[in-house]
Amino acid sequence: MTLRLAFRSVGRAMATRTAYPSLARSLATHAPSTETFTASAPEGSLVAKAVEAVQNAPAGDERPIYLDMQATTPTDPRVLDVMLNYYTDMYGNPHSRTHSYGWETDTAVEKAREEIAALIGADPKEIIFTSGATESNNMVIKGIARFYKGRKRHIITTQTEHKCILDSCRYLQDEGFEVTYLPVLSSGLIDMKQLEAAIRPDTALVSIMAVNNEIGVIQPIAEIGALCRSKKVFFHTDAAQAVGKIPIDVNADKIDVMSISGHKLYGPMGIGACYVRRRPRVRLEPIITGGGQERGLRSGTLAAPLVAGFGEAARLCRQEMPYDTAHIKKLSDKLKNGLLAMEHTSLNGDAEHHYPGCVNISFAYVEGESLLMALKDIALSSGSACTSASLEPSYVLRALGADDALAHSSIRFGIGRFTTEAEVDYVLKAVQERVNFLRELSPLWEMVQEGIDLDSIEWSQH
Amino acid sequence: MTAHKALALDLYRQLLRNGYRMAGYNFRQYAIRRTRDGFHANRNLTDKGEIESAIKYAEKELGVLKRQSVISQMYAGEPLVVEHADKNLAKKNEQLHSAV
Repeated sequence: MTLRLAFRSVGRAMATRTAYPSLARSLATHAPSTETFTASAPEGSLVAKAVEAVQNAPAGDERPIYLDMQATTPTDPRVLDVMLNYYTDMYGNPHSRTHSYGWETDTAVEKAREEIAALIGADPKEIIFTSGATESNNMVIKGIARFYKGRKRHIITTQTEHKCILDSCRYLQDEGFEVTYLPVLSSGLIDMKQLEAAIRPDTALVSIMAVNNEIGVIQPIAEIGALCRSKKVFFHTDAAQAVGKIPIDVNADKIDVMSISGHKLYGPMGIGACYVRRRPRVRLEPIITGGGQERGLRSGTLAAPLVAGFGEAARLCRQEMPYDTAHIKKLSDKLKNGLLAMEHTSLNGDAEHHYPGCVNISFAYVEGESLLMALKDIALSSGSACTSASLEPSYVLRALGADDALAHSSIRFGIGRFTTEAEVDYVLKAVQERVNFLRELSPLWEMVQEGIDLDSIEWSQH
Repeated sequence: MTAHKALALDLYRQLLRNGYRMAGYNFRQYAIRRTRDGFHANRNLTDKGEIESAIKYAEKELGVLKRQSVISQMYAGEPLVVEHADKNLAKKNEQLHSAV
């Protein structure tokens, strides 16, 4: 390894690295970015030129292929068809008891509650409507901890949870609670022995998500539920990415509290639910108080059109689950096998305990943000939508032990009910071409092709 | 039996016709695929009650599809890149390669 080669590579690697912040900023703000870009990227850098050309290319008339199903799913037309009734003719307040306008929307709300309960094997009385999974998660984590704070001061969660769980836990730490953030194995699954060891006599709650939003790993929910029940600890699962997509039964899986989102199962945005078990009873201190709706746990007038749409979405998920699953599995296998057939690509997360609608792949020697820019004709993300504006590599991938470079080069492909086979074929072709193209420009790729072990290089420190 | 068959075929044709009218690519493809697969899966039904409930369901779905296809056309967006896949893939490659 000659010093000169190492030096040149570092120089170019540095140059490309400095190019990305401005790129992401322009992505986040949609500001005209050419000035900030040329200011930080050295002239003549090939990657810079290519990315700039893509950025400045006239926006085509055609819209990109939507492959970001973990961020949100399209509203099913059958759902909209139900919702329109409550945005037009039936506008009563479902809590009005004195006239038929109230009764008819109340009927719709209760029907929706039954549909959601049926989807997860619960009793309709155990369903509390909220504004979404984030609110449900906040309500559960803070509400249960505060209700039982006299005797219980400890909460267990994992490092790969969604930000709203982690942030609620941080908030409770400030209130004096202790939180254990369980690490995960390199597959993304938790270690049951570690969980068992972490449970203490004063543990109030274990919160572990069902399907991970970034890597699609399915945690052993039934095992965790059984363990928690045997230790008399409440078990909460954030099932925003799971409900309606994989079978979930709150009794078989011994789930005590569960968060559900409407817009992740082809329903409307702005509505979600929280399952709160009645036997054995889970008690929690409400965050939103007032008129005492929803068993006093979540006051405020219910959004009847959203609730009705959510209910129809749940009904469709229950009815269509075998059909949807077969379709998604078929497309997922095709995409996954096609992408993994490329050189130096790897699947993130466990291949077996995996929801097929979420395929997270690392493309070594390609910068994920550059690839996303080169794939403007496909709506993709490198991780959760909440953090898609930041340049930090995904904390989920880092929790799996992936190094920063690999975490930076990962892309999540989301497949759903409305994805077509023609779209998967297009995506496969596009990704293969663009990855090869970007790699041709990369000095690291050049070195790998020359057979140089990148780990043997001593990068100079600045 | 033959009356049911005629009715089912008529529903099938109408569902497909209205499915093709969905403006959005993904919803259109889904409506067509779901209709075909649904009727195919039920083609060998023999139980009278099952046939009648399947027909009733198709009638309800047809109502939804008729309304939603009209609405989708009122709010139609641009087509997707995949609808002219070869042209768009070639165009994109050209853009990238001409840059360097």
